[in-house]
Amino acid sequence: MVFRTFAFGLVTAIPLALAGAATTDAYELVIPSLDYRTGPYAPNGIPVANGFADYMTLLNERDGGINGTPIKLVACETAYNTQQGVECYENTKGTEPSGALVYNPLSTGITYQLIPKAEVDQIPILSMGYGRTSAANGSVFPYIFNFPATYWDQASVFIKYIGEQEGGMDALKGKKIALVYHNSAYGKEPIRTLEELSKKHGFEFLALPVDHPGQEQKATWLQIRREQPDWVMMWGWGVMNQVAIKEAASIRFPMDRFIGVWWSGSENDVVPTGADANGYKSGTFHAPGSDFPLHADIKTHVYDKGKGAGEEGRIGEVLYNRGVIQAVYVTEAIRKAMDIHGTNEVRGVHVRDGLEALDLTEDRLAELGLPAFTIPVAITCANHTGPGKVALQQWDAEAQKWSLISDFMEADREVVDALIKEDSEAYAKENNITPRECPSS
Amino acid sequence: MPIWGCRMIEALYNFFIDPFVRMAADFPIFFAEIVISGLLAGVMYSLVALGFVLIFKASGVFNFAQGVMALFAGLFLTGFMNDFGIPAWLAIPMTVAVMVATAWLIERLVLRHLVNQEPIILFMATLGLAYVLEGVGDLIWGSDVKLLDIGIPSGAWDWALDSVGIYVEKIELTAAIVAAGLVIVLAYFFQYTRIGRALRAVADDHQAALSVGISLRTIWVIVWSVAGIVALVAGIMWGTKSGVQFSLSLIALKALPVLILGGFTSIPGAIVGGLIIGVGEKIAEVYWGPVVGGAIENWFAYMLALAFLLFRPQGLFGEKIIERI
Repeated sequence: MVFRTFAFGLVTAIPLALAGAATTDAYELVIPSLDYRTGPYAPNGIPVANGFADYMTLLNERDGGINGTPIKLVACETAYNTQQGVECYENTKGTEPSGALVYNPLSTGITYQLIPKAEVDQIPILSMGYGRTSAANGSVFPYIFNFPATYWDQASVFIKYIGEQEGGMDALKGKKIALVYHNSAYGKEPIRTLEELSKKHGFEFLALPVDHPGQEQKATWLQIRREQPDWVMMWGWGVMNQVAIKEAASIRFPMDRFIGVWWSGSENDVVPTGADANGYKSGTFHAPGSDFPLHADIKTHVYDKGKGAGEEGRIGEVLYNRGVIQAVYVTEAIRKAMDIHGTNEVRGVHVRDGLEALDLTEDRLAELGLPAFTIPVAITCANHTGPGKVALQQWDAEAQKWSLISDFMEADREVVDALIKEDSEAYAKENNITPRECPSS
Repeated sequence: MPIWGCRMIEALYNFFIDPFVRMAADFPIFFAEIVISGLLAGVMYSLVALGFVLIFKASGVFNFAQGVMALFAGLFLTGFMNDFGIPAWLAIPMTVAVMVATAWLIERLVLRHLVNQEPIILFMATLGLAYVLEGVGDLIWGSDVKLLDIGIPSGAWDWALDSVGIYVEKIELTAAIVAAGLVIVLAYFFQYTRIGRALRAVADDHQAALSVGISLRTIWVIVWSVAGIVALVAGIMWGTKSGVQFSLSLIALKALPVLILGGFTSIPGAIVGGLIIGVGEKIAEVYWGPVVGGAIENWFAYMLALAFLLFRPQGLFGEKIIERI
């Protein structure tokens, strides 16, 4: 009896074990998603995470993954907290079978902490439009990418836009431009660039910090009222944005002279402030809206199957689209890595090569269902930022929608590139890094 | 006096006194604006601090969840109004009912089991409660920023701005009127009603109050309900300003220095403390902030409160505790 039981167990266990082995043997592309769906910044973290997850689900459902290899999305909650973000990195980096292929920290604070780890662990980091700006210098930061544009690009584009509105860059002389910023590593990023630009163009620059989370900003806006700047820029996040827009409206600051960074320009920032936000502007590196073929695909292949990460009605919101384009960059880099190395079983070090050889053309964007959604991106060994172009969008409170109001504008390369060189070289010196040789492109 | 002493006095004068003298002389309207805005912002902090005081006064519990209660109330109010289309005049009493039910549940599930425990145990329980309420709110209403509009006017008070040139925010002016009303009602409640006196008896000594027939459980439900209603008022004011979202729970951090300064057991203390903190932090931010890089108002509020502690450990209006050894 005992033997029969043992034999039966053996006979049933072996096929199950084999099946299990077959399952674990199937290669999967591990992409960690450092989300923040809780905490004070959750309203912004959720749509980005949803857009990112939905695109990955779309590829799995429609194409069986990337080039037929399924994607394993590993979500980890950071609550936009640097310490939790680093814990997420440590907990997910070794996830089988591929190990983490690339990280999107979604926080400048977390990015700064992960920069030294990336090269050691050979896992690239894509801090898309945030993080350390001087990581644009690929010869010093081989594992860090921050395309399609940096905060410094954006700051210089804002100044260029303001110059255009004032009737030329010469007209900036004697003007006063204020920056209201989140008092954090993120918020402080554009200050140096703006100081340089103020010297170059002769405008007066005024920097006003706001402490986390930014619910009370009265003192800041009283200073704005006293100083009467011609333009105000904002590097804000979360509740700080809504309060700032309300305060600006309260002191009757003209909303069309108030420009937010691309993290201060989503529906979350303007809808709760009602009509006050009408005319408010922000930077962006992609279009708003859900009128793209890719969105239709997401609805068909993801939401119609009940696999959507969020609410279908919110597809196409600014931050949702940001999550989507981030997913596109990541997956196209993995595809490129597969091409370069001739295998689907890529690892982090291969994806780094893919990111560095990424060439996302207009035609490829159209093939992906995103025609004219964003600017083409071409990355090289030396240039990890790519185009560095930024557009402006404006909020229409009555129509409840953002619309692009400018072309994608070129940053002031003379100022920005010099600052990137200076800062990255200082970083290399501090950390005893010998910059690698990159072929001149 | 030695030269270094004179220089030190001169430096202190230049840092602490001179900016105000010059600003008050050169920009008197601006100085007045800062003081008025500080006073009104202080009232907003007091609204949150009041909830803490009520519970501490009646039960000796420092309720860490008070900020989350403001969020919780705001979430239900906006949920009723925005998701179900219920008008504000009905949604507000419905939210009050939710807060009373929450108070009853808190007593039933948490406090009842902790009678006569050390204050630190009760404090830890409220810490857990904060996370539970935040999670429940998130589960029911989601994490999005919610627009709250119950008809409170917002923006600058046009008359003051156009006629006098002084900027006064209408939401904060409304909050000041509401806070004044709340204080009058609460003071009357505590001083002149039987329940109010019973609440004070419980605060003095749980066991003595029980021995004279006061039901501790009923008192706790009442006091947590009142604190819930105060939290709703705070949630409405702050939510109208910034939308109802999870960062609303962090307004508790603004109330702490107010409590330290005003005393944990005094309703007038919460108001006066709020006014001092509000004006102090605004003046510090505008006049001293630029010298040290700005964004000092948060920590300055705590520093100010701690400075008061040196001279009055019980706070400005707190009860002096004398224990015989």
